[in-house]
Amino acid sequence: MRRNSMRRNVMNYVISGLAVLATLLVLVPLVAILFYLVYKGASSLNLAFFTHVPAPVGEEGGGMANAIVGSGIILSIASLIGIPIGIAAGVYLAEFGQGTFIANAIRFTADVLNGVPSIVMGISVFALLVQGRHFSAFAGGVALAVMMVPTITRTTEEMLATVPHAIREAALGLGVPKWRTVLSVSLRTASPGIITGCMLAFARVAGETAPLLFTAFGNQFWSFKLNEPIAALPLQIYVYAISPYDEWHRLAWAGALVLIVLIMVSVTLVRIFANRGVLKGGS
Amino acid sequence: MSIKEEHGASTPITPPLAVPSVREAGPSLEPSGEMSPIRKFLNARGSGRLADSSFAAVMLLCACSIFVLVLFIFTILILHSRLSLAAFGWKFFIRQAWDPVAGDFGALPFIYGTLMSSILALVIAVPLALGVAIFLTELCPRPLRAPISFLTELLAAIPSVVYGLWAVFVLVPLMRDVLGPFLVKIFGWTGFFEGANFGVGILTASIILSIMILPIISSLTRDIMTAVPNSQREAVLALGATKWEMIRIGVLRNSRIGIVGAIMLGLGRALGETMAVTMVIGNHAEISKSLFAPGYTLASVIANEFSEATTNLYLSALIEIGLALFLVTIVVNGIARLMVWAVTRGAPGRAA
Repeated sequence: MRRNSMRRNVMNYVISGLAVLATLLVLVPLVAILFYLVYKGASSLNLAFFTHVPAPVGEEGGGMANAIVGSGIILSIASLIGIPIGIAAGVYLAEFGQGTFIANAIRFTADVLNGVPSIVMGISVFALLVQGRHFSAFAGGVALAVMMVPTITRTTEEMLATVPHAIREAALGLGVPKWRTVLSVSLRTASPGIITGCMLAFARVAGETAPLLFTAFGNQFWSFKLNEPIAALPLQIYVYAISPYDEWHRLAWAGALVLIVLIMVSVTLVRIFANRGVLKGGS
Repeated sequence: MSIKEEHGASTPITPPLAVPSVREAGPSLEPSGEMSPIRKFLNARGSGRLADSSFAAVMLLCACSIFVLVLFIFTILILHSRLSLAAFGWKFFIRQAWDPVAGDFGALPFIYGTLMSSILALVIAVPLALGVAIFLTELCPRPLRAPISFLTELLAAIPSVVYGLWAVFVLVPLMRDVLGPFLVKIFGWTGFFEGANFGVGILTASIILSIMILPIISSLTRDIMTAVPNSQREAVLALGATKWEMIRIGVLRNSRIGIVGAIMLGLGRALGETMAVTMVIGNHAEISKSLFAPGYTLASVIANEFSEATTNLYLSALIEIGLALFLVTIVVNGIARLMVWAVTRGAPGRAA
């Protein structure tokens, strides 16, 4: 009997130890990646990185100013298309279609679409908008928008579900029409959560490279036109990372650091504003 | 004004948000009072049934756009891959040839590379993810719980291309000089670690993939394990079980369907992961038993060769690979979602 209980206790400690070990092991790559980003990236960062376009091969210096601006343009297009559609779809799921077959089907489709590889989005948008024409910033934005929609739909729905029914009923009881109730009461109450959801979707697509390979394509020079190839930060990092030049590797690390910092700063800023109520809006 | 007070009292959680809307509508209750601009607006238009139903219709339209998107992607992929579908038929997926110059295409090497790297990634990631989930839900001291789960989820926020960059400059040399020789020394007899080790290859790709899919598996598993009612844990503990027995009998057994679902979601992610894999797998269309050998995956062949596809047949073969990837990930994700839903939604019912 005693030996049995000892065996069970030992097993207990072994498994607990393994769980702790697994957690530590998982944190190792995270720390390593962040360390290398800061260590390699910070030493390569300088002012020129933010003000210059890429230098020709063999020349020192150069930066990724056009890629940073290009990423901003592509992400603006993606947000302008993806956020309204995503929020509207979430509103439908939470406010109009609860329990109906079509709402369940849409919810399921959104979850499945969420898992479709980004490269597939890339070639679909290529076949639709690029083939026969040329690579464009707009096509890149559309590809990213398609990736934003399902995420935003699901978070909007979840956030709207947390709004107490009493608030909606109060508004409806005062004679406010349903559409007005949804806009001014439900959406406004849930807005901090919805904004956070939008930011997470934004952060997710901000680092996407695969859908941009055949849509935005990349550009070594300045471009502000929506119907022309445009540079993007993740694309530039990819091209530089697989190039054979040390100077470009250096720039790739700096670009990766800037990309991560930009993503984190934009997410944090919007979260702070959302908590302060600046973005809640008034009518 | 009693309505306002009552309302405020009944929803103490969100009074500052709810009150303005009441205030807007409030004055209009008194017919003698001046009409608020909002009430005027509502009276002028929009309070009718037309506005309500058209609003609902617009929302429904946006919701249906998700359906449309999936159908659309599917149709586009089929349309644009018809050349290759006609030329090779279903044999496309069991042919080994990949010769763009001769116009001879087959997807088997890529299917092999995708499956091999994804399964290896699961083999590495699943035990670790389960360990993390068990630690975070059952063993971790409460103050540490939030920071550690934040850190593991931070892994999910790092873009794929940054993983690739790190893998190219840190993991590949490590694999070539340290990890590779070590594996040869211990497991060399199995035959999985033969041939030259350049650092790039299926094994390196699997390692970086496992790091990338770990956060999704562990955070979903954590959600599922938290959904197990505490009465289950208490019941097992009351029978004299140790903590591990409690986790095994009370928690893991109850959530096994959901955990399998979480693992399948991780698999779906791994199958379609493109950038990081493309950067380290070596991009060589050949089936080789050795894990050191360079390989190729469905996603990375598209990423690498799409822009240099010169003939229509070449392009359509690549799009057919995209179609296959689309269908496989839809099936894997669909099954996985249903499994996860079955557990997280059914939890309260099973507690009774």
